[in-house]
This record gives sequence, structure tokens and C-alpha cells, in this order.
Amino acid sequence: MPMPDSYLHYPVRRYGMDHDRYDWSDLFTRKPIQWPGGARIALSVVTHLQHFPLDMPAKPFKAPGALSMPYPDFRYFTNRDYGNRIGVFRVLRLLAEKGLRTSFAINGVIASRYPAVIRAVVDGGHEVVAHGLDMGKVHHSGLEPEAEDAIIAEALRLLRAASGQKVEGWLSPGRAQGFNTPDLLVKNGVTWSLDWANDDLPYEMRTKEGPLLAMPQAYETDDQVVANEYFHSEPDWVQQVKDRFDVLYRESAEYGGRVMSLPLHSWVSGMPYRVEYLREVLDYILSHDGVWCAPVGEIAAAARARV
Amino acid sequence: MTESVNEIRSDLGLYDYLPWPGRPKITWPGGAKIAVWIAPNIEFYEYDPPNNPTRTPWARPNPDVLQYSHRDYGNRAGWQRMMAAMDRAGFRGSVSLNVALCDHHPEIIRACADRGWEFFSHGIYNTRYVYNMTIEQERAIIRDAFDTVRQHTGQELAGWLSPALSNNLWTMDLLSEAGIQYTCDMFHDDQPMPVKVKTGRLISMPYSLEMNDVIVYNSQKVTPRHYGEIIKRQFDQLYKEGDESGTVMCIPLHPYLVGQPHRIEAFAEAIDYIAGHEGVWKATGREIAAHYHASGAYDAMIAAMAAHDRGTR
Repeated sequence: MPMPDSYLHYPVRRYGMDHDRYDWSDLFTRKPIQWPGGARIALSVVTHLQHFPLDMPAKPFKAPGALSMPYPDFRYFTNRDYGNRIGVFRVLRLLAEKGLRTSFAINGVIASRYPAVIRAVVDGGHEVVAHGLDMGKVHHSGLEPEAEDAIIAEALRLLRAASGQKVEGWLSPGRAQGFNTPDLLVKNGVTWSLDWANDDLPYEMRTKEGPLLAMPQAYETDDQVVANEYFHSEPDWVQQVKDRFDVLYRESAEYGGRVMSLPLHSWVSGMPYRVEYLREVLDYILSHDGVWCAPVGEIAAAARARV
Repeated sequence: MTESVNEIRSDLGLYDYLPWPGRPKITWPGGAKIAVWIAPNIEFYEYDPPNNPTRTPWARPNPDVLQYSHRDYGNRAGWQRMMAAMDRAGFRGSVSLNVALCDHHPEIIRACADRGWEFFSHGIYNTRYVYNMTIEQERAIIRDAFDTVRQHTGQELAGWLSPALSNNLWTMDLLSEAGIQYTCDMFHDDQPMPVKVKTGRLISMPYSLEMNDVIVYNSQKVTPRHYGEIIKRQFDQLYKEGDESGTVMCIPLHPYLVGQPHRIEAFAEAIDYIAGHEGVWKATGREIAAHYHASGAYDAMIAAMAAHDRGTR
């Protein structure tokens, strides 16, 4: 069957983006931003705490890290759960040694399954970011708006109740969204999200319910992506993170502040053989002048005040 | 031509065999040993593209915001880093352009045009494939590409890389008939080679899968520093072989990949290394094609293939 002629029609071939969520903007010609205290780099460390249900669906797609063995998948269910029992505490201990306050993106069900984890994160001075309900509940356009709204509301309710924090930040499982997701997030009190991978600075998105700040989060230097999708060694991960920092740090002298994001997974970087590589990365970044490590919500607030 | 279904056959039938040893010598301007051209794919992937039954644009249902935004990074941030590295090393780009980008991001087009970069066509969008198109539909996108690039840059298209490397068996005939001089869609040779088309003198320009950052990073999962090594080794070998006959090296890029902060320096260092050699012709695709014809290489290769064919019958 030949393609219909509509395949050669381009209704949103026009200036700027092919949707209305945000405007095009060139990172290098924007008004320079300066972080609090004159810092050049805002360091955003986001540790993912995830629950992969044993019966997680394969449709319409699986989030990265999903169970992949025949049911019942003992192997990956328990390996991922290791992050919530051991890995997270190893990462928390390192962050405490470094005196860092950071963000933890947490599936909502962790709050009911493992309240001790939420307490440890909060007691460590860290920020709770909603990471959807669980890794089987991916957001996509096949969901009815009411169903998606209910997932978002439940995740936020659980995390807000368990943490006592406002929880205004969001990271979707697998960084997946449907057409409605940004509208529904703002409707539920979310003011910033980490899903979109198109910038090294915060920028504003439009939703039906008001503005949503898109916060940068690296995609290809994420510990899980590098280890399990690229199969690179830990020293190669360290090298790439350092190289990333070096370029952003250099640019910050000429073009204004940058965000250096470091996405981590408790079941990846929390492994005994990996955690010292994380220490190496943090030591390297923190050895530079003008690095401000803060929870993402504080970086978002600083960006709103200064843009 | 009315066919719009690709017949099933065992060979593309687009080029004759010619073994490497004994070929006519290729010469480059100023006696250069190697022509090096850099081909940034400046692309626009759609947020909500229509489906094509042969290939679905995104792995996840529309909108695949992670992959869409990853591509968009190239047009917000990556292109500037890539361009700065090329400026520093003294390379112009030959842009493999999704021509709709002229409408979406004229600022990027202007920056390339101001530097004397060439534009060649990479289709309308990278999420629209020529699979299942009729010949007239395919002619329409070729006309669109010519018109759009002429209108925004004043350039006449010389080159073509099919959108997302989608092709039909008759595509090369249509390109040549429309005035395209070189195609980047075939990887069978290190040297520019005549393509067997019904009209015109189309050549296959050495592009590359192996030097292409999208293959290196998204398929081969190579580390950034190793990509720098790959580029340097490819250059070293072709530079050495350039003593015998002029060689061509292409580095195909994607700003959303090579322009990432953790990758740009390895690339910048590799092209600085290339630029540090004598006898390197920093060319564009159009210039290589023009010199290939003007120097008689095209005709010499046609004659050599005919002689080889007679010798093997």
C-alpha cells in the first residue's frame, strides 16, 4: 500500500518547535546565569530509588532496568531491591562523609514498603523527588487522563506523607511521558521535572495548569545507562563524568553558570565495587572552586530567581 | 516509471565491481594526499510523526519525550560545541540537512551558511521515510528539498543522504534525474565511484558508517575517548595510502551526540590532529565531486570498470 499523500503534509513545519511545550533557545546566547555565592556550577546529584514489581507489564514498553527473565524473575527483582536495602545506605553514607545535601528520586510505593528509607533520606538532609508510583507504571499517551492523574496523585500523596516535605519535583519512570503528563504534574503541585534531556540549564515549559521548570538531567552519563546499556567499565564512567564536568566548568567562565547533573541508581552505584568510583567522581568535582552542590529544588528556585 | 513496490532481487545493481589494485590514480588539488570532509547531520525529529508501516519512528508511543529531547539537545546546545571545534581546526561542514530545519531553526542555518558550509539533503524530517512512497511522492520530497535549501541558503543541492538511510531501488535514478551529483547512501568503497543510473553522472561519495558518531555511540556503544582514537587511526591509514592515490575520509556527525559535554573534547582533539598534517585537503562533498569529474577520475573509473568487465567475461 502506498503512503497516503498526507504523509507529505507537515502541519507544524514552522518556526521553532513542532509543539507548544517550550520555545527554542540557544544555550550559548542566553543571558548568563550565576548561582548563589557566585558559583559557576550547580551540582545536581539525583539518586534513583526504585521498585520493580514482580508482575510488571511489558506493554506498552518497559522502563530501563525492568525485569527481563521468565516469570517469576528472582534474579532482577531481588537485584533491584538490593538498592533499597543496602545500596541506598552506602550512597547515603558517602554523601554524609562529603557533607552533601542532594536529591533522591523515589518511586511512591517505596514510601509504603520501606518507610525507613524515606526517614534515612530525610534525616540526611536530602530532598525527596517523586519518581512515579513504581517502575511498572510508565506514563504514556495510552493512559486515560483520569488514570494517569490518579497515579501521579498517589505517588505524591505517599511521598509527601512519609517525608513531610512538599515534594514539588518529578522524574517519570523511564523518563517517559504522555501528551498530558506535564499538565497533570502541575495540576498536582509539581513545579519542576527532570524528564527532558535537551539542555544543560533549566528552562520553562508551558502547561495548561501553569509553568513547569524543566531541570537538566544527563542521559548518557547516567550510571545505569553507562553500566547496563553501554557496558562500559567503572573507570570509563568516571572518565566520562569528569570530561563532562571539565567542559561545563570551562564554559561557565565564558557563558555563565551550568548545571552538572549526576544521575545515580542505588542498585548500580551502591554496589560495593562501584561506590569508590562514585567517591572519585565527587572528589574530583568538589576539588574545583565555584561548585555549589544542592538539592534540585534549590537549584530550580535559584534559576527562577535569576533567569 | 510507475512502479512503487521494490522488486525482490539479490543485488542492488547500482555499481560494477572493480578491485582496489590497479585502479586509475585519483589526484586532489595542490597535490593533497587526502580529502577530509566532515558531514554534520543537522536533523529535526518530530514530536508526533505519522507512522510508516515499514518503520515506526520512535520505540515508545508518541511522544517519546526522552528520545525526542535527546535529539533536540543537538539543536539547543550540541551544535554550538561541534561548530566551535570545527572552526578551531579550520574545517567547514557539509551539512546533511533535514530541510524542514530551515523553517524550524533558521538561526542554525544562518550560522552554517555564514561559514561557507555546504548543505546537502537528508530528506524533510528524520522521522519521514521514503519506504512505501510512490515515485511521484518521492519526486515531491526531492523538489521540496531543492526548493527549501535554495530559498533559505541560495545553494543548489549537490548531495543526498536519504532520511534515516531509507531508500527504494529506484531512488538513485530519481536523485540523478533531479540533478543530484553525489549520494552518501552506499558504503561499498573508499573512493568516489560512479553509480549506475538511468540519466546523469551520479557518484557514490565515501561517507562512513564506522566513523559516524551515531553508529559509534548508539550502536557500538564506544567510549568518547575511543571514538577519538578511531578517527585518528582511520586518518593515519588513509593518509599513508594517499601517497599512492588520493584518498577520502568522511566524519559524519550528529550534534546531539558529538556535542555532548563529555564527548566534544575527544572529537575536537582528533580533528586538530588531522588539521596538523601537511597535504590534507579540507573539502566539502560538493568540492570533492566537482574535482572528481574535472580531473577525469569519473571517466577513468568508468573505463576501468568496462575493461575489468571485458576481462572477466
